[in-house]
Amino acid sequence: MRIAILGGRVVDPASGTDRVTPVYIADGRVAALDAEPASFHAERTIDAKGLVVAPGLVDLNARLREPGLEHKATLESELKAAVAGGVTRLACPPDTDPPLDEPGLVEMLTQRARHARRAHVHPVGALTMRLEGTTLTEMGALADAGCVAFSQGDVPIGDTQVLLRAMQYAATFGHRVWLRPQDAHLARGGVAHDGEIATRLGLPAVPACAETIALGTILALARETGVHVHLQRLSTAEGVAMVRAAKRDGLAVTCEVAAHHLHLCDIDIGWFDSLARLDPPLRGTRDRAALRAGLADGTIDLVSSDHAPVDDDGKLVPFGEAEPGATGLELLLSLTLKWAHEERVGLADALARVTSRPAALLGVPAGTIATGAAADLCIFDPAAHWRVERRALASQGRNTPFAGHELPGRVRYTLVDGAVVHEA
Amino acid sequence: MNGARNPQLGPDGRLLHLLTLEGLPAETIVSILDTAEPFASIGERDVKKVPLLRGKAVFNLFFENSTRTRTTFEIAAKRLSADVINLNIGASSTSKGETLLDTIDNLVAMNADMFVVRHAQSGAPHLIASHLHATGKPHVHVINAGDGRHGHPTQGLLDLYTIRHYKRDFRALSVAIVGDVLHSRVARSLIHGLTTLGTPDVRVIAPKTLLPARVEAMGVRVHHDMRAGLAGCDVVVMLRLQSERMKGALLPSSGEYFRHYGLTADKLALAKADAIVMHPGPMNRGVEIDSAVADGERSVILPQVTFGIAVRMAVMSMIAGGPP
Amino acid sequence: MTSRADPSDANLPDAEEALASLAQGMRAGVAHGAAFVGIYSGGAWIAERLAKLLPGDHPVGYIDVSFYRDDFASKGLKAGARRSNLPFDVGGASIVLIDDVLYTGRSTRAAINELFDYGRPASIELAVLIDRGGRELPIEPTYVGARVACARSLSIALSRAGDGKLALNVEPAGKA
Repeated sequence: MRIAILGGRVVDPASGTDRVTPVYIADGRVAALDAEPASFHAERTIDAKGLVVAPGLVDLNARLREPGLEHKATLESELKAAVAGGVTRLACPPDTDPPLDEPGLVEMLTQRARHARRAHVHPVGALTMRLEGTTLTEMGALADAGCVAFSQGDVPIGDTQVLLRAMQYAATFGHRVWLRPQDAHLARGGVAHDGEIATRLGLPAVPACAETIALGTILALARETGVHVHLQRLSTAEGVAMVRAAKRDGLAVTCEVAAHHLHLCDIDIGWFDSLARLDPPLRGTRDRAALRAGLADGTIDLVSSDHAPVDDDGKLVPFGEAEPGATGLELLLSLTLKWAHEERVGLADALARVTSRPAALLGVPAGTIATGAAADLCIFDPAAHWRVERRALASQGRNTPFAGHELPGRVRYTLVDGAVVHEA
Repeated sequence: MNGARNPQLGPDGRLLHLLTLEGLPAETIVSILDTAEPFASIGERDVKKVPLLRGKAVFNLFFENSTRTRTTFEIAAKRLSADVINLNIGASSTSKGETLLDTIDNLVAMNADMFVVRHAQSGAPHLIASHLHATGKPHVHVINAGDGRHGHPTQGLLDLYTIRHYKRDFRALSVAIVGDVLHSRVARSLIHGLTTLGTPDVRVIAPKTLLPARVEAMGVRVHHDMRAGLAGCDVVVMLRLQSERMKGALLPSSGEYFRHYGLTADKLALAKADAIVMHPGPMNRGVEIDSAVADGERSVILPQVTFGIAVRMAVMSMIAGGPP
Repeated sequence: MTSRADPSDANLPDAEEALASLAQGMRAGVAHGAAFVGIYSGGAWIAERLAKLLPGDHPVGYIDVSFYRDDFASKGLKAGARRSNLPFDVGGASIVLIDDVLYTGRSTRAAINELFDYGRPASIELAVLIDRGGRELPIEPTYVGARVACARSLSIALSRAGDGKLALNVEPAGKA
């Protein structure tokens, strides 16, 4: 369909574009900016006055719960949530059931996602078979099937020799390794950050060193092997400092932070609110400040939603028994904008963290509104505020610690490959 | 988010539930202690009952076994003329598949008026109280009989009652809490109560492995040396050491623990000459406390138990009365 | 003996006079070894005074009816409850229950119930300083110091000065 988007402020961090100008879409691609192509004849015109026309968001950490965990959520519901949040492209971790350690499973997933005709899905393959941390997966075959990188999901590799070899093997073929730094022994049994709040509430705690020790190991091995490591779910101030130092030393490392860690800390557990049960746990105010500053100065490259839908059964239980996780796809844009407002970061700069930078990591041409690019767009109202209400969320897991919060930025239209897949 | 409102107080400051001593105004704590006073004499009468909770159903919901605490709550409820139903769910609840909140809903449907809950998870009583509020059951009340490591507010209150009985004014006291503070709900509740009532010197004495992070933020001074920590104390509270701590690499042996942190007569001599010795029970003789001290003249461990019934009667009466 | 007064005219009887009148009325009727049980606080003060005013050996006890009131469900537990103290065997005792102001009769009902939880008395008589009428239960005093008519919107309270002198006051009825 030929679509004309008129009157919107086009903000494209990849190309530096930031002006009010029309966008013309045809054959699933951006046909032109600024001037209407000859004999265009738009079949649909979108009035984007007062709205921002941005590239569709790229989210590198969103769990779709398929295959295997369909009672929590399905591809259909979560991709609907994705486009409701303006996310047109996402990477999902391999910790499904069974884990994504075979090309057949990966193909099935990408096929189902294509069939759903909403956001693009890029699976991240398992680094070891069954995520057990002993045998390597066929990274070549998995990459051919569509995996953009390799990861262990939430399950750290305990055996450092296996981790070293997995990274060496990946480096041989130029595959990227996405890892979440966590020392399994130090984190064992913990449900909250090891600080004043956990002490008062009597909750078993996860010390910050559970992250920094694993981070030290990963960075040292990355130096040894030359593999490109992307660190996920950073949560500590010390962790940010370590990444800053590693980057300064020229190490090929990138990292991301989950949107909720930019805003919440352990105080938000309140009186044992299970909605605040997350992994990594919400840490202290110092950690939150360091994460916000780290994102601003580029130590942290991008923001992800850490979308992990949990059903009510997983939350209507005592805090220590609750399943960690929160729905995030529909909140990613708003939470990023909120951070940007509060830290006085410009809109284009802020949007880069959820569009061009994550797209670069995926290694696919995306996250831009250049002529000829796929028409994946997120058109939103930057001035609108909306209240996070359970019943209005598209995700099947409606649990979020932001329930009842007012957030800035409302998605009005989401386009994927030139088709309007969401409008509000 | 349920974090905002303190769920145990009503809009008029009335006590609706007893979930934790944290955040309870000093006046409320003092009024509980004052109310416990007259209840203490009921046990000396022939008919050890008053009719306050007549017709009310009190359900003892114990997900963790405890004969002593359950028994004192049962006695307290019966002395208030309540009907008491004991549910010892223990560890088998999860195998039956029924969630905590489903269990609560079922019991509320059986006209439960009050739940006395002991659970291995911190925050379980808070969850129940929130759920009752959310499902529109303002006439059903919750008393926390011990949740994980978080709190044991009735124990904290009876400890405060005991200290007040023997020492009168909190504002002049040095109180030492000795032992496994990390895992202790008794310690946490007592610390909240003592600091709220203005106790100027609250000390915790334990090895580093048994102290939670930033415990000073709760208003206590930390000592690793027991002799230094006991110097000049008016009250010594000994905590129970569970045998599992040896397995978790927290301590090497109970023998070494006793040498450094066990209360013996010579260590007690460092406290004030009229210092009292307390213990929430059950005691591990020879592990955290010497038998001679436990049975000695400074020990008020048995009076604690008696006071416990009066304090629980006071709490139940204050919560149960009045319009929902 | 008895006087009628309307407290809205600030014409309450003098407490000391009413006490004298009450004691006079009890002199003949009260059994020699009868126990005097005063309901806190006003009844307790009166019981103490009567034990001194009247001949014979009368054990004095004090009773707090907070745990036996019938308004627990609507009003909750009143603060300030005290220990009841009955230093004699209630079983088989002749008891004079003493209160300052008799009004609806509910406090008396509560006190009687409480006494029966201590044992089975041989008899209970009721002595009150002031009877203001307005009964809601079938309870009548055996001995009365003075009768007073009082509006429902007002409450009559007894106070005791530092020197022990008793006085009656009228207050707006609020927290009963």
